Amino acid sequence: MQQGVTKQLSRSELIGFVLLAAFAVFATFVSAKAWTPAYAVQTSIMAWTAVICAFLLVKNYYDRPAQLPPREIDGKPNYYLGPVKFLTVASIVWGVIGMSVGLYAALELAYPHLNFSQYVNFGRLRPSHTNSVIFGFGGNILIGTSFYVVQRTSRARLAGYLSPWFVAIGYNLFLLLAISGYPLGITASKEYAEPEWYQKLLLTVVWVTYLFVFVGTLMRRAEPHIYVANWFYLSFILTIAVLHLFNSPTIPISLFSSKSYIVWSGVQDAMFQWWYGHNAVAFFLTVPFLAMMYYFMPKRAGRPIYSYRLSIVHFWALIFIYIWAGPHHLIYTALPDWVQTLGMVFSIVLWMPSWGGMINGLMTLSGAWDKLRTDPVLRMMVVALAFYGMSTFEGPVMAIKEVNGLTHYTDWVIGHVHSGSLGWVAYISFGAIYCMVPWLWNRRDLYSMKLVNWHFWISTMGIVVYISSMWVAGIMEGLMWRSYNSLGFLQYSFVDTVQAVHPLYVLRALGGAMFLSGVLIMLYNLWMTITVDETAQTEAGHPNDPALVPAK
Amino acid sequence: MSTNDTHDAAGHEIDGHTGVSTTGHVWDGIKELNNPLPRWWLWTFYITIVWAIGYAFAYPSIPLLNGATTGFLGWHSRTAVVESMDDLQVSRGALMQKLANTPLDQIESQPELLAFARAAGSAAFANNCAPCHGSGAQGSPGYPNLNANRWLWGGKLDQIYQTIAHGARSGDDKGHQGEMPAFGKTGLLTAPQIEQVSNYVRSLSGLKTESPAEVTAGAKVFADNCAPCHGANGKGNISMGSANLTTKVWLYGSDLTTIENGVNNGHGGVMPYWEGRLDPTTIKALAVYVHTLGGGQ
Repeated sequence: MQQGVTKQLSRSELIGFVLLAAFAVFATFVSAKAWTPAYAVQTSIMAWTAVICAFLLVKNYYDRPAQLPPREIDGKPNYYLGPVKFLTVASIVWGVIGMSVGLYAALELAYPHLNFSQYVNFGRLRPSHTNSVIFGFGGNILIGTSFYVVQRTSRARLAGYLSPWFVAIGYNLFLLLAISGYPLGITASKEYAEPEWYQKLLLTVVWVTYLFVFVGTLMRRAEPHIYVANWFYLSFILTIAVLHLFNSPTIPISLFSSKSYIVWSGVQDAMFQWWYGHNAVAFFLTVPFLAMMYYFMPKRAGRPIYSYRLSIVHFWALIFIYIWAGPHHLIYTALPDWVQTLGMVFSIVLWMPSWGGMINGLMTLSGAWDKLRTDPVLRMMVVALAFYGMSTFEGPVMAIKEVNGLTHYTDWVIGHVHSGSLGWVAYISFGAIYCMVPWLWNRRDLYSMKLVNWHFWISTMGIVVYISSMWVAGIMEGLMWRSYNSLGFLQYSFVDTVQAVHPLYVLRALGGAMFLSGVLIMLYNLWMTITVDETAQTEAGHPNDPALVPAK
Repeated sequence: MSTNDTHDAAGHEIDGHTGVSTTGHVWDGIKELNNPLPRWWLWTFYITIVWAIGYAFAYPSIPLLNGATTGFLGWHSRTAVVESMDDLQVSRGALMQKLANTPLDQIESQPELLAFARAAGSAAFANNCAPCHGSGAQGSPGYPNLNANRWLWGGKLDQIYQTIAHGARSGDDKGHQGEMPAFGKTGLLTAPQIEQVSNYVRSLSGLKTESPAEVTAGAKVFADNCAPCHGANGKGNISMGSANLTTKVWLYGSDLTTIENGVNNGHGGVMPYWEGRLDPTTIKALAVYVHTLGGGQ
């Protein structure tokens, strides 16, 4: 680094500024002519975000040193951690929002009077809940950890200067627009693909940039081989891009309207939807969280990965087979029988490839099992793998058409989803967050291990209450719906089953409240970790951290 | 990572704890062991694949240019539904046929058939009628209580059948057509007259009124405007579906404001027609069920 270099606006800063300014003008124009107030608000949020980002870009230019940050300092990689920090915080914020909305929606099911206004009715809140926990909490921590893991396991600084920030901010703008749009009635009405055309377009641009940043970093790597976690992250980024594109070819009725219509129709639309929907579970909620497991588990346990061969075989088996299992969401529907059969058999074959990840994670602990007694963070990750194993066994079973005849449309499905999402996805993320926050903010350790313990126990009990109440409710509904009396007539009406599950809905809300309390404990603990501990010694927190220079 | 790691003859690092060699790669301190695939895992994987291939031969699975393979079991989801519906008919036994063939007025005299018809009617009621009339047929504002022996369109078995089959103001030509006119909106009555006649209507069933003068004035309004349908004594007329106003059973509510709103805006609630949506035997069973709820005539 040489002193006295004249400061110049870099090319990316210049292009970024021009694009942001142009976009702000364009979005303001659309906002002024918008057909509905909701769309006007959404487009003006886009315009304001562009203005603020343009301002930050200029401010950063005046604040930064003359030279852009180097890739290496004294031969050690100069890791780019600002976007990772942002994404980690965003993940926790969306998590708290999404889980609170989820709790309210659960209470609405138990106490329908809570649906007091169109803006908070269950139908509009549910996608806000699912999107903010899956894409907000899950998506942010996935992008965040992928940016962290790919740098550390490649020993290379993240590619790009502004692009990682574009990914981080653009993705969260997408979330803000989508999730605030649902209560206002802006929705494409496709499950887990509810964002409307302009929100989907934004996501497409962000996602392609994400792919470039990730691959660009891999290409700079100083390691001869690509670490297994990065295969998982890369397949997540690529496949989500493909799924998103195929499930989103939608035609807006006007530039000035939020409404659009999908080009697919009928059963083809349903098939695309559930091919997408199932692989959102596969390539969003499973594959990249396995990536997280493959980095943070051995890191925390201080043990090598159990089997390199298993990781290769189960990776390829998993991504090859998972992509075909979508039709099991449409068993006993208008979907042709042959597609249903294939969806079902691929789901069964998927069982062992899914378990490969669990085995590799759990066996990595051999030689470190004693740490479970003392380290609640590691315990969280182990429980995550246990829930992962459980729900990836439950899934194939539910895909068998005779079982599906009982479970489909019941609350068992909700229980299954939550044993995967609370037990697996959230727990492995908590584990990663608890590991990563002290590393990112240069803290010796977390503020309180005792609080992690509290988080662990209260949330684990919450999950158990949640999923057992939904199992009971689901099996009861399934049995009641198909129950005939001795004369050959239906024993129960639908409303009888609604009454019967009421106490279980109350219990479910309780389980959700317990889980949320755990997250609030985590929030406090992390807040204290970041703000209070000023005497940090990074060596203790992260022994082989080569770069302590703040990313600027 | 263990402190007692060693190396084998080929120079590969040996993990001290397990005695297994590593692959030799290190990423940010993470190593990988060279363990083989767990045998039970691999064999279970193979078994599921073999099972999947077998299942795909047994059931429709491989798409062809026209249609798909049918599978050697010949299973088809549509025929499966038809078979399952046939099984249901079998489980209902001969009584279903008997119910279909027995005239409506002869069902209730045969205890076994009556019990069967009520079971059929109860299931059909729960799934089709309960959303409006309530799961106990207790009704709610705008939706008649079917237990109270107060019938807008008649409580005899054949009258109930007629109402279920063709509905009221349902769009079915054979359905009941009459409706309560909007006296206020159409200017037939003034606001004071509406208040007077509403007081009079309340007095018919002995409810509290605002003043005797209102009632007296209301009686005249009633005689001039309402009596043609509701009758001079307010007892209603089932041929036009006009309510009996002298009982304490109220379709929309008995408070003064509700009655005034009714006179002002009229009423024309819809009972859907079920002929064509439910089979004739089910409608028959429903009529028997409703008739025997407690209010049949």
